[in-house]
Parts: sequence; C-alpha cells; structure tokens
Amino acid sequence: MKVSLFITCLGDMFYPNAGKATVELLEKFDCTVDFPEQQTCCGQPAFNSGYHSDARKAAKQTIEAFKDAAYVVTPSGSCAAMLHEYSHLLKDEPQWQQEADALSAKSYELTQFLVDVLQVENTGASFHAKATYHTSCHMSRLLQVTRAPQTLLGNVNGLEMVDLSHKHDCCGFGGTFAVKMPEISKEMVDEKVNCIQATEADILIGADAGCLMNIGGRMSREETPVKVMHIAEVLNHTEER
Amino acid sequence: MPLRVGEKDFQTRVNKGLDDAFMRGTVRSAQEQLRTRKQASSEELGDWEAWRSLGEEIRTHTLEHLDYYLEQLSDKVAERGGHVYFAKTAEEGNAYVRKVAREQEAKKIVKSKSMVTEEMSLNDALEEDGLEVVETDLGEYILQVDDHDPPSHIVAPSLHKNRAQIKDVFAEKKDYEDSDNANDITRFVRGELREEFLDADIGITGCNFAVAESGSISLVTNEGNADLVTALPKTQISVMSMERIVPTWEELDVMVSLLCRSAVGQKLTSYITTLTGPKGEEEIDGPEDFHLVIVDNGRSDILGTQFQSALHCIRCAACVNVCPVYRHVGGHAYGSIYNGPIGAVLTPLLDGYENNKDLPYASSLCAACTEACPVKIPLHEQLIAHRQIITEKEKLGSMPEKWAMKMFGTGVSAPKLYRLASKQAHRVMSPWTKGSRISNGPGPLKAWTNFRDLPAPASERFRDWFANRRRSEFDE
Ligand code: SF4
Repeated sequence: MKVSLFITCLGDMFYPNAGKATVELLEKFDCTVDFPEQQTCCGQPAFNSGYHSDARKAAKQTIEAFKDAAYVVTPSGSCAAMLHEYSHLLKDEPQWQQEADALSAKSYELTQFLVDVLQVENTGASFHAKATYHTSCHMSRLLQVTRAPQTLLGNVNGLEMVDLSHKHDCCGFGGTFAVKMPEISKEMVDEKVNCIQATEADILIGADAGCLMNIGGRMSREETPVKVMHIAEVLNHTEER
Repeated sequence: MPLRVGEKDFQTRVNKGLDDAFMRGTVRSAQEQLRTRKQASSEELGDWEAWRSLGEEIRTHTLEHLDYYLEQLSDKVAERGGHVYFAKTAEEGNAYVRKVAREQEAKKIVKSKSMVTEEMSLNDALEEDGLEVVETDLGEYILQVDDHDPPSHIVAPSLHKNRAQIKDVFAEKKDYEDSDNANDITRFVRGELREEFLDADIGITGCNFAVAESGSISLVTNEGNADLVTALPKTQISVMSMERIVPTWEELDVMVSLLCRSAVGQKLTSYITTLTGPKGEEEIDGPEDFHLVIVDNGRSDILGTQFQSALHCIRCAACVNVCPVYRHVGGHAYGSIYNGPIGAVLTPLLDGYENNKDLPYASSLCAACTEACPVKIPLHEQLIAHRQIITEKEKLGSMPEKWAMKMFGTGVSAPKLYRLASKQAHRVMSPWTKGSRISNGPGPLKAWTNFRDLPAPASERFRDWFANRRRSEFDE
C-alpha cells in the first residue's frame, strides 16, 4: 500500500524522531512511504487566528502537494483535523473545494490509519515503562479518534498505562492561544502537569506535536522528571529482553 | 446592569481573575460537581446525542419560523387578556415597563431572574423613576445587596462568592447576625423577602420558554420565588428575548429536560412555573394584569447570519461548566453578563467588536463547549468566525500579527522558501539554544518562553533524514 506522509511543520522541524518512527511503523506493515517535498504547514495557525486568506494559501499548497497520493497519513491529530476543515475554508471556490473534499476523504491520523485502514491493533512494540496518555482536544473532539491510540498502546508489551485524571481538559496550547493569552495558557498547562505528576508515570505519550511541545516545554522549565514521547515512537519501540 | 460590566480592559480583568485563588477554587469545584451530575443525569435519558439532535432541530425550526411563532404567541396572549409589546431596543423595552409601572402607581417591584432585563439595565431605569426593585433569586439578591456586584455565571450568578463573604455582605448591609451556615443565611433571606413579596405592586420575571400554541410563559427555577413573583403582585410583566420560544408544550417538554439536565444535572428542577395570561374569574391567585415584553435588542440582526445558531442558546451554562479558560479567569473576566464560551460568542454580536475584540480569543478552541452544548451550537467554530471578522473585516488585529500572518501565507505557499527557512532555523536559533532547549527566546518567542521552554529546532529535519535515507537506499 502506498502512503504519503504529511509530516507537519512542527514534526519536520522539532520532532524528526516521531517522523522516523512513523515511517518505520508504516513500513513494518507493508506500506511504501512517500514524502511529497512540496508540503509545508496545514495552515492552522492562520486559520485559528482568523487570517483565513493566509490559511487558504496553506490549504491550496497542501492540496497540491498531495494531489497524487492514495492515502495521506499524518502523525498529528490536530493537523489531520485541519485537513478536514479545508472544504469549509474553500467553500467559495468550488474547484478547490472539490479537491479539498478529495484530500479529506483520503487523510488519516496515524493511529486511526493503523487501526481503521490497516486493521492493526498490535504493532508488536515492547516497552517496559509506566506511562500516561494525553488525549489532544482536536484529535478526540474534532477528529473523533479516541479508541485507536488506546487500543494500540494497550497492546504494547510491558507498557503499563495509567489513566490521566481530567484527561478531557485542554492542556492550554491552542496554537496561537499559548502566545496570545500566555498567562491563562500557563495556568492550564500547570493544571495538566499536576495531573500528569499525580499519575506517577515516567512517560507522557501524545499524538500531537503541539500539545507535546506545550506540556513538554512547561515540564522542562519546571524540571519535572517526566519524559515526553510521541505515540509513534512508543509504538515503534522494541527492546531486547 | 448593562450587558457590559466591570473594568474596561480585558487584560486587567483577566489578571484579577487569575489572582483570585479563592474564586478559582470555588469555580473548579462547582464545575466538577455540575459536570459529574450532568453526565449522570444525561446518561439516564439514554441516547444523549439523539436528544441533543432533537434539541437542535427544535431550535433551528423555531428560529427559521420565528415570525410565525411570535405572531401566534402574541395572538394567544392577547386572546387570554394579556398585553404584548415588541421592543426593538432595550430603551423601548424599559420605557414600556416604566409606563406600566406609572399607570399602576407602583412603588415596589419584585423580580425573578431574567438575564435580558439585566442586558437592558431595566432595574436602573426603574430606580430612576423612584421605584424600589428587589431581586428575589438568592444569587441575584446577594449581588444586588452587595452594591450591584455583576453576575459571574449564567446559572449561578454569585458563584464567585463564598459563604463567609456572603455572610459579611448581609452583616454589613442588612444587620445580619447569624452564622455563615447556608441554612441560616437562606432562612434570613427568606424572611427578608417574604415582606417584599407581600408589599410588591408588580412582579417582573424573565421567561425560559414561551409556548406559542397557548401563549404561556414558563420559568424553570429551584427556589420557588418565581412562583411567588407571578402569583402575588397584581400586575405581572414577563420580559423575554425574542428567541425564547417553542411551538408547543411537547417541545417545551424536550427543552426543559435538556435545560435541567445540562444546567444542574437534575431531571427536573424543583419548580417549573407556567403562566398563561392574567388570572381567570374562577382562579384564586395570579395577576390581574399581564404584560409580555418581547425584546429584540440586536437579535434580529443575527438571524440569517453564520451566527444564527447562537440564538439556540437556552442559557444552561453547560459550556461554561466545562470551559478551562472560564475556570481560570472566572466570569467577571468576560466583562459581560453573558460569560464563558457563549458569552464570548454572544457579547460581540450584541455589543459590537470594538469593545469586545479580545473575547473571541479567550479560548484555546478545545471544543469542550461545543461538545457540551445541548442544542449543538458550534461554539468554537463561531469563535473562529468572530476572529475572522475581527482580523479581515474589522481590521482590529495587531499590526505585528498581521505581518506575521502575511509572512506565514507567503512562506507556506512557496515550498522552496519554506524549506530554506526551516533549514536555517536550527542555525538561527543557536545563540539562544542551551543544550537542546531554548529558555529565553527572542522577539515573538518571548511570550512562549516566559513560561515554557521551546525545543531547539532539530539540526537534521525529518525531510533531510528522509532524503538521505532514500539516497542511501539508491546507493545500495
Ligand atoms: S451555548 Fe449551549 S451550552 Fe452554553 S449556555 Fe447556551 S445552550 Fe447551554
């Protein structure tokens, strides 16, 4: 199966290891991974801030970049959700809207693709650690992907998953919200970090680079000894026993 | 009390909220309790999503035929001997109520909670005429006694105060001498209010829903005071905003079920009062004179726009009760009697953008509100729609932000430029990088690094790794 990877701007620049793990995972399940060079950013920062004409530029670029793709897979819940927004964003340009619909129909977040399309529930990973999972708002509420990551993580050999209290509360990232309303955002992330610490997990797993950057950045500042990992890294992890 | 309340500047209001540890504690526990109760009581209904869809359908249908139902309502009220007045603006509504009060030579008015009369500043208008106006809902009463402190929650207006503070308010203003025990305070207030009810010439209430087919108004309360406000005074005035209407009693049943469960996690509240015109000859209590004031005040401008569904709102505060931003800043930060997510959507619609341009940004767009809303208002999408109008139409966005977004637009649509810039990022950021993190970023990164570290851009981007890997595959 041929899969085109939408790595996202944050994934490309800040979390290359998550991208590598994504490629290896997909290859493990017989996908041929291709990386369209013309891709840039999904346009969320501009879209969410109200600059829709700038967001449309990003949308068109992404549509162009993935024109020939059979499947588009991205290791980011919120960027995947953004791809589904394009149709609405381009509603005044019927030609583009059609293309947006086509892109949306073939786009998946990584865990969603593994479970729903490849029918994989166990990636064969092995990782001895105690971890908790952060449900990103856009992934769970807008994209409605909640079961897939839980299923996959539940099947990682040796991984002990602890439930995160108040897991449905936003971590306070919200893209530009974090820099437009920094004080409120800080209070939100602090609350999240407290909940994470209360689990006594060693690792925080997430499926969205934005949230990981926010929570990880706060924990790093506060010297909180919890490691942050992208779900692809965990699902691709193997260890000698 | 007008729609807009408190200090002018948004940031000042936010800081005040963030500093108020006590308020944040109360809000947190109230949110948790209400949220859990809502979940339990909505699960009882079975398929909650189906109920939400039904709620949405009813609201959409009603709004799309609003003229028809308003006419029907008005005819029915008139048939029953009541008077109906359509107020285009707050001033018109106030003037009508003042006129009725003058005609009745009224001195005292008792009220039961109505947000729209607050939006209209009706109390101020009546007090100007020398009338005494007494709020009879416990929460509203506390605020009124405390020098008209603004409400901070849609359903629990004095949520920001604790028992000790309430006790102090009554001790100072009403010579209350008992403890801060909730029962003691309530007993005291009940005693105070009993006299007011008996003395009042006019009762003013809001209206949760008006039933078009019968010309009835309904009030959903937990204290029973609305019952007294509608039963005792000779003259009764109900003030409703024009969208608070359902076609028949059947829809009323659905909406009340959604409202009670979403608002307080109850199947039904203690009192659901309905009132149909003045009392008949064979009836023992009820007003002799009934007026219904239907207020527009900017609402008809919302009809037919992308914000129409904001008028679905049934003021249950479910969105407020799940909002993490509300939890940290409190209701006063919104500077409007409508606070929380629905406040951020509604206030700019009713009061314009100029003074409320920060409100739509006071959200991380986590969509918890959208998920909670029993009538499916896409709240977070409407916040984005407001942002679009603020930046692209009203041009109220900041200059630096506008430039940043312009650069963003150019960058993302020119892949070569984009690749070049992201390749340089690691090098450009190196003066600020310590280890693998940036703790004190320059310029626009400051707002981020004030509270958090930023990971340093990777020296080898994903795309470089991928290209190299491909190349080495070919080499093999
Ligand atoms: S917007 Fe929805 S959730 Fe919020 S108060 Fe109105 S009806 Fe309730």
